[in-house]
Amino acid sequence: MNMTILTILLAFMVVSAALCVMVRNLLKAAIALALTSAILTVVMFMLDAPLAAVFELSVCAGLVTVVFVSAISMTKPHSREEIAAKVKERLKRFIYLPFILLALLVVMLVVLWPCMDFSQVMKAGGAGAKVQEVLWNNRQTDILGQIVIILTGVFGIVVLFKERETK
Amino acid sequence: MPVLFIFIPLLAVVVLNLPVKNFGKKMAFGVGVITTLVQIALSLAAGGATWQQADSAIKVRLVANLSVDFFSAVVLFTIGLVALVSLIVHRCSSGDDGFNLINLMLLIMMGMDGVCMVTDLFSLYVFMEVTAVASFILIALYKRKEGLEGAFKYFMLSAVATVMMLAAIAFIFMMTGDTGFEAVRLYLAGLKGVYPFQVILAFILFTAGLSVKSGLVPFHGWVPDAYSSAPNSVSVLLAGVVTKVAGVYILMRLFRDVFKDISMIGNTLVVLGLISIVIGALAAIGQNDFKRMLAYSSISQVGYIILGLGTGSPLGFAGALLHFFNHAIFKSLLFVNSTAVEMQTGTRDMRRLGGLASKMPFTGGTSVIGFLSTAGIPPLSGFWSKLLIIIAVWRVSVVSAFIALLASVLTLAYFLLLQRKVFFGKTVPEVENVGESNGGIIGAELLLSAVTLVMGLLFPFVLLFMQAKGVI
Repeated sequence: MNMTILTILLAFMVVSAALCVMVRNLLKAAIALALTSAILTVVMFMLDAPLAAVFELSVCAGLVTVVFVSAISMTKPHSREEIAAKVKERLKRFIYLPFILLALLVVMLVVLWPCMDFSQVMKAGGAGAKVQEVLWNNRQTDILGQIVIILTGVFGIVVLFKERETK
Repeated sequence: MPVLFIFIPLLAVVVLNLPVKNFGKKMAFGVGVITTLVQIALSLAAGGATWQQADSAIKVRLVANLSVDFFSAVVLFTIGLVALVSLIVHRCSSGDDGFNLINLMLLIMMGMDGVCMVTDLFSLYVFMEVTAVASFILIALYKRKEGLEGAFKYFMLSAVATVMMLAAIAFIFMMTGDTGFEAVRLYLAGLKGVYPFQVILAFILFTAGLSVKSGLVPFHGWVPDAYSSAPNSVSVLLAGVVTKVAGVYILMRLFRDVFKDISMIGNTLVVLGLISIVIGALAAIGQNDFKRMLAYSSISQVGYIILGLGTGSPLGFAGALLHFFNHAIFKSLLFVNSTAVEMQTGTRDMRRLGGLASKMPFTGGTSVIGFLSTAGIPPLSGFWSKLLIIIAVWRVSVVSAFIALLASVLTLAYFLLLQRKVFFGKTVPEVENVGESNGGIIGAELLLSAVTLVMGLLFPFVLLFMQAKGVI
């Protein structure tokens, strides 16, 4: 039963993720992304990862959406003609992409999936550490890395966007 | 203590950004130079012993899994040296105060230092991303069209590599329940040669992802654009250390310490290395842009490092490590040369240059040292590292060694072409009134040439030192 619900949820997640990339309206895309995160939150809860779920819900579904919506509200949307021209150009250039993705998916499902050996999953147990411990307690070094990434991102925004603002 | 390699650049960034009017802008260069010098000193000190994160007193919760051994100390030293040269090049070739660039350079140093010291696959990924994000911004720093295009290409291919790496880490985690190097190594050793499909898939994804990051053929599409479109000082840093640390170092670390029992990987690396050596060299011959030729040459030389690594022998690894260091130095030297030429003549197009050796004697002379070392001419440093690699490859496959040797002749060919077009031959009218570059650039050229010469002339001692450290 649980597995069925999970599968349905994952299917919904893929659909909303695809919508997020495909809709023309940025606001709708941001909402679709929030929906994807929200579904992922439920999946994480079901997979006994409440901490990850809380982060996903608060940061990815909540905070990031707020930032996106505020940024979009500051932009000026394209006219219908401009959108139509861009869509036409993109279609011409990237028409083959969905076929490649579809082919990849087929290869993954037909060729790779049967080769997977799930009987040995986590049998080794690593150095004796529990999964939660590895995922949450041993990540101190990463926090330092994330501080540096945030600093780098801030500099990136300052360097690449500041001048444009003053213009 | 390993943590200093991250905290000192972090402290430098904090100091530069103190809310004191104009302080950061005035002090940026000085603070940058001091930080790189401290890094050089620390790495020299660390090279003498293995540094583990202290388990007592300050047991800083933030940095539990950092360690420095001889291999990482060499790389940390290289990062410090090339970053110092890059700062000098920026100071002497650019009109601005370099505040943003130096801040980003310190951040990228933190990222690279982290990559060199972590002992966990996921932490490795985090610091690799720090390096990548800072690289995108540095390439696009002046917001010129070609810079933005180069950064975008690097960004897109890097994203693909990231997905591959994350998927590989997920597969490894799925099987072992851990992401620490030691735990994964123990798990793989326990399999005794019979690997589940997920593990094989993880190896393939790791190899492909890191090949993109290293710029190996056929994943090299972003390298010429990124190197040639970046500001000159950034090109020095990118070609000298960034690509090597974010790609080659990780390959070397993982396939020496974590995945060492898998012979399949060795063969793949030998093939990838050979293809990169030959295609990189052939593509370099057809270039007219000074920096693009150097970029293709980098692809070819990185191929030698990977070839040495692929042999799986301690000798091959020693050759790869030496070539890692040597290539970082002489390729940085050649990029400094190209900066000097561009500064003085206003162009990198080799068809519009000629006879610069008499006008720019220091640049011309040091470029000869750089290119002879790249081509593997004795007694320069590049000769010795290539020799070790080719001996190691010879023991595994004579044909591969022969191809690597022949490609060395190709290297000589494209660099002779470059020398003839840029420095020798008839002086073209456009460069009639050109003079030598400024003192800072000449200083950087002489420093890097000296390292190349010393590494070549004192090679027996280097080898003895490496033997004492257990590398060979």
